[in-house]
Amino acid sequence: MKILGSEITPYKTYLNRRKFIKGSLASTMLATVTSSAFANHQSDLSIYSKNLNGNDKLNSYEEITTYNNFYEFGTHKKHPHLNSGNFKPRPWTIKIDGLVKKPQTFDLEKILSNVTIEDRVYRLRCVEAWSMVIPWQGFQLSELIKMAEPLSSANYVQFVTVFRPEEMPGQQKRTIIWPYREGLRMDEAMNPLTILATGLYGHEMPNQNGAPIRLVVPWKYGFKSIKSIVEIRFLDTQPETSWETLAPWEYGFYANVNPNVNHPRWSQGTERRIGEFKRRETLMFNGYEEEVAHLYKNLDLTKFY
Amino acid sequence: MFSTRNFNFSKPVLFVLILFPSLLWAYQFVTGNLGVNPIEKLMDELGLMALRLIIITLMITTLSNIKPLKSIVVLRRMIGLFAFYYVCLHFSTYIVLDHFLDIQFIIQDIIKRPFITFGFISFLFLIPLASTSTNNMIKRLGFKLWKKIHYLIYPVAILASMHFYVLVRADKTEPVIYMGIIILLLLHRIFKRLTRPQLAQ
Repeated sequence: MKILGSEITPYKTYLNRRKFIKGSLASTMLATVTSSAFANHQSDLSIYSKNLNGNDKLNSYEEITTYNNFYEFGTHKKHPHLNSGNFKPRPWTIKIDGLVKKPQTFDLEKILSNVTIEDRVYRLRCVEAWSMVIPWQGFQLSELIKMAEPLSSANYVQFVTVFRPEEMPGQQKRTIIWPYREGLRMDEAMNPLTILATGLYGHEMPNQNGAPIRLVVPWKYGFKSIKSIVEIRFLDTQPETSWETLAPWEYGFYANVNPNVNHPRWSQGTERRIGEFKRRETLMFNGYEEEVAHLYKNLDLTKFY
Repeated sequence: MFSTRNFNFSKPVLFVLILFPSLLWAYQFVTGNLGVNPIEKLMDELGLMALRLIIITLMITTLSNIKPLKSIVVLRRMIGLFAFYYVCLHFSTYIVLDHFLDIQFIIQDIIKRPFITFGFISFLFLIPLASTSTNNMIKRLGFKLWKKIHYLIYPVAILASMHFYVLVRADKTEPVIYMGIIILLLLHRIFKRLTRPQLAQ
C-alpha cells in the first residue's frame, strides 16, 4: 500500500533524460522549446508516466490547468484558468536580496541558461484534501540558491509573488494580503526534491499554474508552492507567510502533509485524487517520507504544523 | 393585486424551474460534465441551492406583508419542501459519494467539525418542518403548535448560512450577503412583533 516518494519520483533517473529542453534553453530560444515540447506532450505521454508505479496515474493536462487555487486570479477553482489570459509572464526578473553576498536582479533567461531543466513527476496534495500527479519541468532550487550566494547567517528563504492587479483581477480585492508570500527553512530549500518549475507536460508554465516560474515542494501542502515568483529574500529569522498570517490556527509555517494532524475544519487523513471516485489515504509527507523525514527529527509536528 | 389563483397558476412553472437544476447536475455528474472535481462541485451546488431556497421561504413571509403580494404565501410550502429536497441530496452526496458510507468517519466528522455540526443540525431541524407540512398535519397539531414548530426555520437558516460561512477559506463575500439578508428578514419580524397592537390577555 505505502508508496515511497522515490518510486514515483526517481529524479535521479530523470536527470538529463530530456536534453533537448536544456539545449534549447541554453540558446534562450524558449519559443522553440515550447513548440517542440508541445508536440512531445501530444505524441508521447509515456516519457512522463513510464516511471510511475501502479498506485499513481498522471492527471491530465486539462485537469491540471482548469482546477487551480491561485487567488490572484479569483477564489474559485476555475477562475485562474478563466481570468489569467491577460497575464504577461515575459519578460521576467527575479530580485535576490536579504542576507546575500550581493543583492541583484536576475533575468529569468539568465537563470535558465545556468541550470539543468529536468522532469519531475510529483504528487501535489492541497490542504483542501484533494490531490493530483503532475509532470513538472524545472530545476532544483538549490541551483539558484548557489547562484545567489547567501551568507552563512541566512537560515530561511522567503518568496514573493508578483503584484499586478491590472493583470491579476483577484488582486483588486483584498481576500488575502498581497503580494502572496511564502517561505522555507534553508535545509528544506536545499533539499533535492524542492524545485523551481518552469513548465508542465512539456509546455511553458501556463499562467494559471504560476507562470513563468513557481516553487514546487511536494511534501508540503500546495499553498507552500508559491507561484509567479519575483523576489527571493534570505533571512535569519522565520519569515511571515500569507496563509499563516491570515489564519495561524489553521495554516502553519511548515505545512507538511500529515494525515495525523487534522485541519480544524476537516480531516487530513484522506484525500480525493482528482479523477478518482473514492477517497484515498493521505501519506505521511505526501509519500516523500524517506527523502525528508530527517529534516523534522526534532520537531513536534503537532505543534509545528 | 395578485390573487391566490395567480400564484397557484405559477406553481407548476416554479416546480419545474426549481427541480430542473438537480436533474441537470445529476445528468452532468453521470456524463462526466461537472468539471474536474465533480463530487465537490455537486455537493457545493446542491448545498448552495438549498440555502438560497431556505432564504426565499423567509423572504416570501416578509413579502406577504405587502398588501398586493399577500397571496404569495401559497408558494412557501412548495419552496420549503424543495429546500428540504436539496438538503437531502446535499447530505446524501456527502455520505455516499464523498465518504462512501464510512459511517464511523462521518459521525466523527459531524461531532468534531463545527461547520459540519452546523449543517447537520440544520438538516435535523428541517425534518419536523417537512414532515408537518401537509394541511392535515396543520389540522391535527392545531395552527398554534404547528406555527411554533415552524419557528425552527430561523435556527435552520442561521445554521445553514454559518455552515457556508465557515467553509469558505478567504473570500467571505457571498456567505456574508446571505447572512445579512437573513438578519434583515429576522429583524423585520422582530420589529413587526414589537409594533403589533397588543391583544388583551
